[in-house]
Amino acid sequence: MTLARSAPTHLSPRLTAATARRVLRQVAHDHRTVAMMLVLPSGLLGLLYLLWKDVPAVPGQPGIFDHVGLTMLGIFPFVVMFLVTSIAMLRERTSGTLERLLTTPLGRLDLLLGYGAAFGLAATLQAVVTVTIATTVYGLDVTGSIWLVVLIAVVDAALGVALGLLASAFARTEFQAVQFMPVIVLPQFFLCGLLVPVDQMAGWLQAISHVLPLTYAVDALQEVGAHTTATGRMWIDVAVVAGATLLALALAAATLRRRTD
Amino acid sequence: MDPAVRVTDLVVDRGPRRVLDKLTFAVAPGQVTGLLGPSGSGKTTLLRALVGVQKVRSGEVTVLGLAAGSPPLRARVGYVTQSPSVYADLSVRENARYFAALYGRGAHEADAAVAAVGLSDAASRLVTGLSGGQKARASLACALVGDPDLLVLDEPTVGLDPVLRVELWDRFHALADSGTTLIVSSHVMDEAARCDRLLLLRDGALLADSTPAELRADTGADDLEEAFLQLIRTRGQEVAA
Repeated sequence: MTLARSAPTHLSPRLTAATARRVLRQVAHDHRTVAMMLVLPSGLLGLLYLLWKDVPAVPGQPGIFDHVGLTMLGIFPFVVMFLVTSIAMLRERTSGTLERLLTTPLGRLDLLLGYGAAFGLAATLQAVVTVTIATTVYGLDVTGSIWLVVLIAVVDAALGVALGLLASAFARTEFQAVQFMPVIVLPQFFLCGLLVPVDQMAGWLQAISHVLPLTYAVDALQEVGAHTTATGRMWIDVAVVAGATLLALALAAATLRRRTD
Repeated sequence: MDPAVRVTDLVVDRGPRRVLDKLTFAVAPGQVTGLLGPSGSGKTTLLRALVGVQKVRSGEVTVLGLAAGSPPLRARVGYVTQSPSVYADLSVRENARYFAALYGRGAHEADAAVAAVGLSDAASRLVTGLSGGQKARASLACALVGDPDLLVLDEPTVGLDPVLRVELWDRFHALADSGTTLIVSSHVMDEAARCDRLLLLRDGALLADSTPAELRADTGADDLEEAFLQLIRTRGQEVAA
């Protein structure tokens, strides 16, 4: 019996780019989604700004909004891109287009990287808008470069995209896909060091926190918040988040089976 | 001439159920071969095996001389699924251009494919707003755009008005005349008469591998629907005897 093996996931920059353009066109046709992607994080950040505006800061420490707001600049893109990607990929699976794509010359990794590139670009726009409004309108005080904040936000968004692509493999319905958001996102949010500093958690919670990628994203942002120049620790944090993104993408590629029942 | 498709002892199980049971047949190139059979007979499963997305228990499926689904085939085989698989939130033209890009073709070929299915006037409309028949044609355009050597079509004419159906069948034959091999599934017997060759599938087994004329002659029935019934009855008696 001779069965065609799944193709090695070879890469074609041309097909990846065509797929990224296609995904961006789909998003562009959905004006409300575009508006929400660009404006929603800024709006929510404004709510946090108003929440802490009149709460006096502890003398000698950064204001609470500076601390929380900066962290949220990394968390918003992660959450938004996770949700958008997991739904988009689930649609691809349920509408039959995924099966069709797998009969074309498009490689599995081309498809995943196409999604990554499209939503990565969307995340960059989102991060520029959010960081600009945060630092001008809300007076968010960042010690380091705001471009580093944008960079970390985009890497966080890429992590959200990769985990969203992976999570969609385990969802059969959109109801399930939406509920993966609290499953994947909330534990990382609780343990990332924003609510309670990681070194004050119980030992076993620290251990969990240290294997969750969002912890490193938040730590990277805190480094930018505390130092005028990029620190080695920040770059290590960024590398960990990027590595987790690649790992999730590789796992997502492994879940894309060409032959199914 | 070598067959375009050769299937040998193909067995497919889905869960505990055997969907295809030791199928063996060959499909000649440059012809329209109809895959006929009632709903649930295994037509879609067989077509999925031909394009290499169906898990197969045993047997061989060779397409254009290569194992079905192998990478070099993916630019040469076009597949249209039963329910239209195009992006509802893109326009017809954007869909065609995306699939054109995947097959290494340009915007010109994409527009030609849209015109070929009679959707030029609706090219800039989003697929979500189209009628069922228009969606099916948009989906067909996305396979035609690759100018494949083998075109696998799963019930492409369901829900189309009769005039359009005739037009599409004329197009299928024009493609076959230019050398394309087409395998078209249908559960409508009046479409069987339009095929060069017929595969009749029932309960995962082949009842006939024949031409419409031979089938009429063998069964003595003028009508292919009647001929199909006749075949089922004779097979039933053979099994009982």
